[in-house]
Amino acid sequence: MKWQFRKPSVLPGFGLTLGFSLTYVTLLVLIPLGGLLLYTTKLSWSEFGAVILDPRVLASFKLSFGASLIAAVINLFFGLIVAWTLARYNFFGKKIVDALVDLPFALPTAVAGIALAAIFAQSGWIGRLLDPLGIVIAYSRAGVVVALVFIGLPFVVRTVQPVIEEFEKEFEEAATSLGASWLQTFTKVILPSLMPALLTGFALSFARALGEYGSIIFISSNMPFVSEIVPLIIVTKLSQFDYVGATAVGTVMLLATFVILLLINLIQIYSREKSL
Amino acid sequence: MKFFKSNNLFGVAIAVLALVAPFIHAADISLLNVSYDPTREFYKEYNQAFAKHWKELKGDNVTVRQSHGGSGSQARSVIDGLDADVVTLALAYDVDAIAQKAKAIDPNWQKRLAHNSAPYTSTIVFLVRKGNPKGIKDWDDLVKSDVKVITPNPKTSGGARWNHLAAWGYGLEKYGSEEKAREFVTKIYANVPVLDSGARGSTNTFVQRGLGDVLLAWENEAFLSINELGRDKFEIVVPSVSILAEPSVSVVDKNVEKKGTKEVATAYLEYLYSKEGQRIAAKNYYRPTDPEIAKETESTFPKLKLFTIDAVFNGWGEAQKKHFADGGEFDKIFASIKR
Repeated sequence: MKWQFRKPSVLPGFGLTLGFSLTYVTLLVLIPLGGLLLYTTKLSWSEFGAVILDPRVLASFKLSFGASLIAAVINLFFGLIVAWTLARYNFFGKKIVDALVDLPFALPTAVAGIALAAIFAQSGWIGRLLDPLGIVIAYSRAGVVVALVFIGLPFVVRTVQPVIEEFEKEFEEAATSLGASWLQTFTKVILPSLMPALLTGFALSFARALGEYGSIIFISSNMPFVSEIVPLIIVTKLSQFDYVGATAVGTVMLLATFVILLLINLIQIYSREKSL
Repeated sequence: MKFFKSNNLFGVAIAVLALVAPFIHAADISLLNVSYDPTREFYKEYNQAFAKHWKELKGDNVTVRQSHGGSGSQARSVIDGLDADVVTLALAYDVDAIAQKAKAIDPNWQKRLAHNSAPYTSTIVFLVRKGNPKGIKDWDDLVKSDVKVITPNPKTSGGARWNHLAAWGYGLEKYGSEEKAREFVTKIYANVPVLDSGARGSTNTFVQRGLGDVLLAWENEAFLSINELGRDKFEIVVPSVSILAEPSVSVVDKNVEKKGTKEVATAYLEYLYSKEGQRIAAKNYYRPTDPEIAKETESTFPKLKLFTIDAVFNGWGEAQKKHFADGGEFDKIFASIKR
């Protein structure tokens, strides 16, 4: 593919729109993030290392990345099923289910956290049933994952659903008529074409989970070394008016997220080129 | 003719009114009080009382806007430029932070008003479930292995810092050394299943989620919880010794000078010490500092031995550094608790 700076378009005013886009993105994204990086440069490397390598901070990195990853994988799997059901079948109340999927987008996350804690606490509707089995969700690391699954679900469903809707049934029928089993049809025909959308959904869900704060602090026990997420560490540092320490942790988070999104984008481009 | 006459009179009246209007017209003054969470109802009531007082005194209309949130984050908003005329925060440390980081308040602010600029005080008490099933009477009962204690995270909550220091102070007094006090507080934290980020979150965990046997809480918050949730569910246990919690108030010098509200903002805080201000504070379960009002309301507030942060911890600056800064006592305690 030849690299082009300017593609012909039906909409006029390329110069104006590009200028606007750049200004807009700079004002809203680059300047605040640049400020974050600039603030971090107040620290020397050894100070920066001391902040980042503190055992408590490291434990929170482990929890945030681990729980976000688990939640994104769960969402990838179940989100695909939900998207498939919504795109392929008609059933009573489908519109309602469709609208419900978006609820985690709209609900203030603190409200979600309080609601989840209420349901999963020992005295809650679900917690009451799980407690005799020795399963503890609320006020544990499992609670963190549950909250992250909740807020991340729409990302997978909403990126995959339109692709399934556009996917032509004829491909499946052709595969079946050529003697492919359902498993072969799924893994060789359907999955590859869904891959880019699935990866996007996964990446968005993962990135969103990393930054999540509101819902988790209500369902996690927030114990140092055990169930403290990175955003809470940042808030903790801010409460001590330790702006620089907070931005240092924030910067690591930002860079890590950036690298992950970049990697996933690269995989996506690669898989798209392969499938074409 | 008669008509003409009355018309004339009317004209005179208009003329007189027009002449004196500039003098009787009252100025409209707006103040912003940046406070912490549980003072919402208290200041709502106090603001009306002060507006009435100021109207009688100077004839001006004062409206006071209120802003509430976690004490630390409220302080941060002021540091970052929120144009508060006065701050009424949970602890002196937060006001100190505004003085130091933003240079918006005179460093000697605490000397400007009586009682360390704390017009009303409170203390840390225990909220337990009705009937006190675990038989909790004093701090020692919190370290028993079957007792679950709910307190917020002192790193994020001002209230939790009072809790921590209250327990530490008790340990110091009872067991006589820093090591023993640390051991004592460590045992309490080992019984804490959840560290919420703020006092309201902890109350929620204890009351709504039914977690824990005892909630460490500000006395005024404990009263409010009981009033809201029913005397048949919870009761207050007052320990033998606790800390004197001094919520601090100060004018934000930089802002009042810019806005020209210094006089009224100062009067707003001074009026907190008046009989009426003290009565409203007591009604909202803050302990009044005025001896007369304290006498009037002594049936509400049980007597207990109270120590000050200045006497035991040498003030907030040192307490913060030793206990809550990164690598401080709180961090050490959590690093040592077996998980």
